Amino acid sequence: MKILVCISKTPDTTAKIAFTDNNTKFAGDGVQWIINPYDEWYALVRAIELKEKDPATVIHLVTVGLADTEPIIRKALALGGDEAIRVNGENADPFYIASQLAEVARQGGYDLVFTGKETIDYNGSAIGGMLAELLDMPYISLAAKFDLNGSVATIVREIEGGEETDEVNLPVVVSCQKGMAEQRIPNMKGIMGARSKPLKVLEPVAIAPLTSIASFELPPAKAGVKLVSADNPAELIRLLHEEAKVF
Amino acid sequence: MSVLIYIDHSEAQIKKSSLEAICYGAALARQLGTGAEAILLGTVNEDLAALGKYGVTRIYQVAGEALQHLDSGLFTKVLAEAVPATGAKVVVFSNNMNGKALAPRLAARLKAGFVSGAVALPDTASGFSVKKSVFSGKAFAHISLKTDIKIISLNPNSFPLTTGEGKAEIAPLNIAVGAPKVKVVSATQSTGQVPLTEAELVVSGGRGLKGPENWGMVEELAKLLGAATACSRPVADAHWRPHNEHVGQTGIAIAPNLYIAIGISGAIQHLAGVNRSKTIVVINKDPEAPFFKAADYGIVGDAFEVVPKMIEAVKKLKGIV
Ligand SMILES: Cc1cc2nc3c(=O)[nH]c(=O)nc-3n(C[C@H](O)[C@H](O)[C@H](O)COP(=O)(O)OP(=O)(O)OC[C@H]3O[C@@H](n4cnc5c(N)ncnc54)[C@H](O)[C@@H]3O)c2cc1C
Ligand SMILES: Nc1ncnc2c1ncn2[C@@H]1O[C@H](COP(=O)(O)O)[C@@H](O)[C@H]1O
Repeated sequence: MKILVCISKTPDTTAKIAFTDNNTKFAGDGVQWIINPYDEWYALVRAIELKEKDPATVIHLVTVGLADTEPIIRKALALGGDEAIRVNGENADPFYIASQLAEVARQGGYDLVFTGKETIDYNGSAIGGMLAELLDMPYISLAAKFDLNGSVATIVREIEGGEETDEVNLPVVVSCQKGMAEQRIPNMKGIMGARSKPLKVLEPVAIAPLTSIASFELPPAKAGVKLVSADNPAELIRLLHEEAKVF
Repeated sequence: MSVLIYIDHSEAQIKKSSLEAICYGAALARQLGTGAEAILLGTVNEDLAALGKYGVTRIYQVAGEALQHLDSGLFTKVLAEAVPATGAKVVVFSNNMNGKALAPRLAARLKAGFVSGAVALPDTASGFSVKKSVFSGKAFAHISLKTDIKIISLNPNSFPLTTGEGKAEIAPLNIAVGAPKVKVVSATQSTGQVPLTEAELVVSGGRGLKGPENWGMVEELAKLLGAATACSRPVADAHWRPHNEHVGQTGIAIAPNLYIAIGISGAIQHLAGVNRSKTIVVINKDPEAPFFKAADYGIVGDAFEVVPKMIEAVKKLKGIV
């Protein structure tokens, strides 16, 4: 059993969102970078749990990013996983990243590819689906549970207002979200061990991106809250009805 | 050169978010001076021709038992044949649960530029760029697409439903459907409730409500308004409320017309899931709660006193005594 977990780097959830270079670049200086929460808490931890059940399992982590992503992938290795691969490419566009990941996945011959549900910066929710298509594998998105019985995976995925249970033969690409696993904190042994785990650097394959970010924009500031007295909630209901017209 | 809109369905019902996608696609087609058509894989228990009132003139339909449940690989193969067959240059999906699985797959197969989470019509004055929500609703990006075929997935509740006159022509499309690789074992849908992702009104509770036994008033207010219920993450983590109600950065992201937050502090990770709501109402006893900065209306007060009075006022408004 070989699992590939796709790891991306995002600004911390509380980072200030601002842009530079005429609003064409995210102002990343001084920002704390973290492993994308979906990749860390759900995709990686579920992979580690599968390995704990079946120690013959091999987990590889992969990230597409320049040298500044190495602390992130090392941090992921401290949680678990046997080795990491960094594809030395820029975050050009989702198709570019998915193509790089597909190349790594083809070389490695994995039974299972985990991604997060989405990156919390660009919120694409695109890479898992693209990767599955490039690999010609089934894709289960927004998975909240994953179980394995031999070569058959049973996966619960979120649908509007409910959930669906699917069965699929490996290999499969799965995008992971809440429910898959519980967040873990890396321990000292993991952190020390991560230093000696192999981290391979590969050069990207030549792929032309299909999209580009022309500019960013911040939402207009809110006009400010209109406060109603706690003695008069009926006035709030009137305002919602007559002024905001929401019901 | 036309715009093709994908119609998503489950349990033989068309999703409301697909109707929004149709209205968006139709508006885009008018902007481009071309026609808007739709495509349905599988069958639904609804009058398809009536969808003409949302602005599509033709609905292509590919039938097949295997198309009643999503298998993104199988559906992608069918759509990849349908797109050139219909001459579509822009394909529009809803960025709903199925759209998230299908749209990027089709984009990879067709090598089409793809924007997910669009919140407005493309700017086509020079080139083709689409505004999308990024950083969990804290900013927008304008993405330029340079490919011949373009794929857009529209965020739910981002484009108004408008209706006019007209019937759509139903055009069966003959495309061989392969065997599915994904077997759907079961599906559960909470019945009688408004699904959170499709709800126009949402009433949400946080840790300020102290315990699950106090949710009665939240549910009553929601029921009176025809709203869905939601909660903050610690509330779901403590199992006071089901996990599928958890909104925020790590939960569901919603964009209803009205979001009422009761006893929720308004942490940045919570706001990330709800800040696209059109009107935000905050009930919190702490005037310093950060949520008030993101709110349109608010009451500084004890939820246990304020909410029952809100319920009374809604009853009066609706003529329920
Ligand atoms: C990476 C990360 C991801 C996260 N993702 C999410 C997420 O997706 N969703 C989410 O919600 N959180 C998320 N969180 C947690 C988030 O930071 C907050 O801890 C959480 O939102 C707080 O929930 P709360 O507002 O219900 O509780 P609290 O912060 O405890 O706030 C309770 C509020 O209720 C008010 N209150 C108390 N009593 C009353 C009363 N009687 N009447 C009226 N008001 C009252 C208080 O003044 C207070 O403002 C995440 C955190 C991290 C680090
Ligand atoms: N640069 C990257 N390197 C490796 N994996 C990535 C990268 N970007 C995104 N992913 C994976 O794809 C998932 C979905 O990303 P996105 O489509 O950008 O929302 C993430 O949760 C990651 O698992």
